[in-house]
Amino acid sequence: MSASLQSTLKGFCNNRVWRSIFRRAPARTNRTRSIAIFGNLFLHALPVKVREKSLRVRATYYLGSFSFFLFVVLTLTGIMLMFYYHPAAPKAYNDMKDLRFVVSEGIFLRNLHRLAAQAMVLAVFWHMFHVFYRGGYKPPHEFNWVIGVVLLLLTLFLSYTGYLLPWDQLAFWAITVGTNIISYIPILGKPTRFLLLGGHEIGENALLRFFVLHCVILPLAMIVLIALHFWRIQKDGGLTIRESDERK
Amino acid sequence: MSENRKFEAGIGSDFSKDPVRIVFITKKTSAKVRGVLRDQVMSYPHVVLREIIAFELLTIVLVLMALFWDAPLEQLANPLLTPNPAKAPWYFLGLQELLHYFPPIVAGVLIPVLIIIGLVAIPYFDLNVKGEPLWNARRTPRLRIFCGIVLIFLMFFGVYKAWSIFVTTAIIAALAVAGYFVPAGRGSAIEYLRSRSLPWWLMTWFIIMACILTIIGTFFRGPGWSWVWPWR
Repeated sequence: MSASLQSTLKGFCNNRVWRSIFRRAPARTNRTRSIAIFGNLFLHALPVKVREKSLRVRATYYLGSFSFFLFVVLTLTGIMLMFYYHPAAPKAYNDMKDLRFVVSEGIFLRNLHRLAAQAMVLAVFWHMFHVFYRGGYKPPHEFNWVIGVVLLLLTLFLSYTGYLLPWDQLAFWAITVGTNIISYIPILGKPTRFLLLGGHEIGENALLRFFVLHCVILPLAMIVLIALHFWRIQKDGGLTIRESDERK
Repeated sequence: MSENRKFEAGIGSDFSKDPVRIVFITKKTSAKVRGVLRDQVMSYPHVVLREIIAFELLTIVLVLMALFWDAPLEQLANPLLTPNPAKAPWYFLGLQELLHYFPPIVAGVLIPVLIIIGLVAIPYFDLNVKGEPLWNARRTPRLRIFCGIVLIFLMFFGVYKAWSIFVTTAIIAALAVAGYFVPAGRGSAIEYLRSRSLPWWLMTWFIIMACILTIIGTFFRGPGWSWVWPWR
């Protein structure tokens, strides 16, 4: 970087407006770097310092990060898709056709949402297995592992409720197969299925219920638990570093 | 400075490595330092930068794939027209494949509930937190119990004619038992398997089983859930 550019950047970061937004001087000393983390609403889930060993790619493959980023992508594309979607049969199906043939880049938006959903299921599974093989569930991380299992179930349920929304044959029969399994649960099975579908068959009520679950209830639960999951990593003393890595 | 001072004062000079701090160490009770974590780095910018790069890579890959890979859309949902076979989303096809072998109460309820309970319980079984190799101690009783349980499972799979599960379980159990007979310090691959712990074997069995069942359910099942070859 040339000296003039550097001084321009310095001036850009070191003035009243910048400091009023970020509540600190440019992060050039370790004190201001610390404030950059714990003085920031979005970054304060991170510890101020981390072990260099936990940053290595092989330590995490960034699988947890990727799971979270996919959730962010899904939230953003999901909100955009909601502008073009009516949870009513058969209007929902027509909206899918509109996304493909009428809305500019509508098919791209839907592709992105669907791809990210598949990728998130894969990433969350992979993340869990990786944490298992590294022993990341061991004390004091036990409860964070349990939160992780709940997050996996939420991910599956989010993906599953989204599966019905296009209201095509694929969606309808996949949900039929899945919800039939619920009715095998002794005693509670039939009432649970009725509650989930809003009736005995998959129809408009089921579509609306899946829509509300998919767009409101499950994402909110997800956000709360993700926050808890991140916060617990920090409180439990950071990522697991194995004894075998300690020697390297 | 006078001689009767009670403490010494020092200051960290390298501000790019350490936060500037002033230390007062009294002469009578000095602070004990339990351990020094030498390889710590500041999260800002080291973690933040890496996360941003990871996010950008992810976005690039997703956008490229979304440009060329269209999400499927079939005909309008029709409750009167059942496709054959009707398949669940891919991540539930392992369970649907289980439904083909076992009664619904076992495959649809018992096994998923046991899987979830098992996953939640993993960190609370402190019997093998250290990852001690399966055949390190009490070798012979362990071998008897291990083989006994595996045989019970294999009989169960055999009774229900779940041959894909039977064969996979038998192969993995054989690999685990092989570690009992192989002396320590052989080739690296054998040594690797020999030094695995019981939780490792259980999780590996679970993952391989889930993958195989999902692949079979996705690609090898046709009308009436009969076996088909995907390339025909």
